[in-house]
Parts: sequence; structure tokens; C-alpha cells
Amino acid sequence: MTIRLNGEPYELPGTCTILQLLERLEIHPRRVAVEHNLTIIKRQRYETTEINEGDQVEIVNFVGGG
Amino acid sequence: MLSDPLVIAGRAFRSRLIVGTGKYPTHAVMAAAHRASGADMVTVAVRRVNLTDRSKESLLDFIDQEQIFILPNTAGCYTADEAIRTARLGREVGLSNWVKLEVIGDERTLFPDNVALLEATRVLVREGFVVLPYTSDDPVICRQLEEAGAAAVMPLGAPIGSGLGIQNPNNIRIIREAAGVPVIVDAGVGTASDATVAMELGVDGVLMNTAIALAQDPVAMATAMKLGVEAGRLAFHAGRIPRRSHASASSPAEGLITAGTAAVRGA
Repeated sequence: MTIRLNGEPYELPGTCTILQLLERLEIHPRRVAVEHNLTIIKRQRYETTEINEGDQVEIVNFVGGG
Repeated sequence: MLSDPLVIAGRAFRSRLIVGTGKYPTHAVMAAAHRASGADMVTVAVRRVNLTDRSKESLLDFIDQEQIFILPNTAGCYTADEAIRTARLGREVGLSNWVKLEVIGDERTLFPDNVALLEATRVLVREGFVVLPYTSDDPVICRQLEEAGAAAVMPLGAPIGSGLGIQNPNNIRIIREAAGVPVIVDAGVGTASDATVAMELGVDGVLMNTAIALAQDPVAMATAMKLGVEAGRLAFHAGRIPRRSHASASSPAEGLITAGTAAVRGA
């Protein structure tokens, strides 16, 4: 299935949770914030929030800025 | 200067210098510049994780969070909605509920859109954020932001990254006189004397990024900025002399060896 991840199409073998997506991307959950279909997902809900076909996911972190 | 902390929303900072984390040649240079600056608050931006290159070092590995408080910004946002969304994501990374709120109104000057800024401030204050808005050097909008619940107001000294120094010192002074919350001059500083000028006007702190990060020697410039801010703060408290148009001699007019020689010769 295809989702939109950080604005780009992204292929997943099937439905998965936010936590599984982060593991797949090798991203440490404590360093990021995740938005799922424009709703911010609390860290404790990464394990239970499911991503489906066509969903929009944004994963952000802190970078250098002023 | 522990005896003279910068207090924002009940939180005390040792340093009145707040620095950024952008544009440094390397993360290691940034960390060294942070140490040299003495700053205990630094700004960061909230951006999409780089998914194609996961090998990149994480910025957070180079910020000593035991010593340094992290202030996420909403830089690059052009609407209140974008800024609010970015602020919420920044909070969700989980370090604090503070935000340096930016809503940009013009690409070329990066001047703030103060109408959208005020709207975003109201929303985020209602949601429990500690809001530090980057704004124009306009006393009226600063008052309105304070009334909307901003924990500090951060008027620009000059356009972001311009290094032009404090362009409207009189407005900054008026903002400081009127404000009931800390006033931080944010943006426009080019060199240490600019930071001193800002602090001499009585403001509570100075926030800068480019002036340190893009200096030929960022660590040396960070030290200079630390001293510049401290010098300005001390000078403000010391109470400068009034300006006058003509000279006032520093040495006594009496007792000059040339005085009265004619009389001696006559005697």
C-alpha cells in the first residue's frame, strides 16, 4: 500500500502501526514528533495507532535554526 | 552573572544571551560556540526528518541539555495555522511547552506578519504554551502581544541575518519602558557592540544566530557576544552620564603650574 510520508509517496507492505513505521525507518521515537492525518500522535499511542492506505504521516525532529 | 538572572515565565536563566543552532560549519563548532557564549537557552527549528540520509548526526547530541534549555521555533511559517501546527509538533518532541513564535510576512525581509502573529499567540497561550513572539520593533504590537499572554516580546533589531545592528534604538527603548514582560532583541545583531547597544537600552536579553555562526571564528565571536551582552547590562545598570554638546574637563582647572606665574615674576 502507498502512504504519503513527509510529503512524498512511500510504499509499505501493508497496514502497520506508527511504532512499526519508525522501527522500519530506524528512527528513535524519543527524538521525533509524529502527525497522522494532521493529528499529532502522543508517543504512548505509537504502538496502537494504525496507518492505512493513503494516510498522511509527518515525522519531524529538531534541526539547527535561529 | 547569577545575581542578575533573566527570568521568563518563572524560569531563571544565568545568561542574557540566547543563541541559535543554525548555519554553523559543523556541530562540533556549534557546541564549542555555545560553551563560549555562556548561553543557557538555544533555539532550534522543527523540520521533517531526513528519510533519505539517516546517517546524519542528530543536533540534540551536540546540545548539553543539563546546561542548556531548548527553545523550538516556528521559523519558515507564513500563516498562523502553520505556526500553530509547528509549535504543537515542537512541543510533542517532548522537551518543553515553550515556543519562539515566528509568523513571517515577507520573504525578502523576513519581517513578521504581526496580525497573524497575534492570532497565533492567542491560540497557543490558550493551549498552555509559553509564547515568545518574534515581532517588529513596534511598541503597539508589543503591547498587544503582552496583552495576549506572551511571556516575553522579541522585537527585531534589524532583519534576520542582516547584521545591521539596532536600527531603531528609540523604539526598542520605548518598548522596554512600556513592557511588563521581558524584552529580548531578536535578530539583526552583527557584532559585539550591537549586542552592547541593545543591552544598554535596558532590554532583558539578546537572541542571535547568524552573527556567531557565520563569523570567521564562531567560538571567538561567541565569547565577544557574551562579553558584549554583559558589558551592556552593566553599563545600563551603572547609569550613563547625560549627553552634552560641549566639553567638560576631567582634570581640575585649579593648581595649574602656569597659573599666577605673572604675579610671582612681579613679586
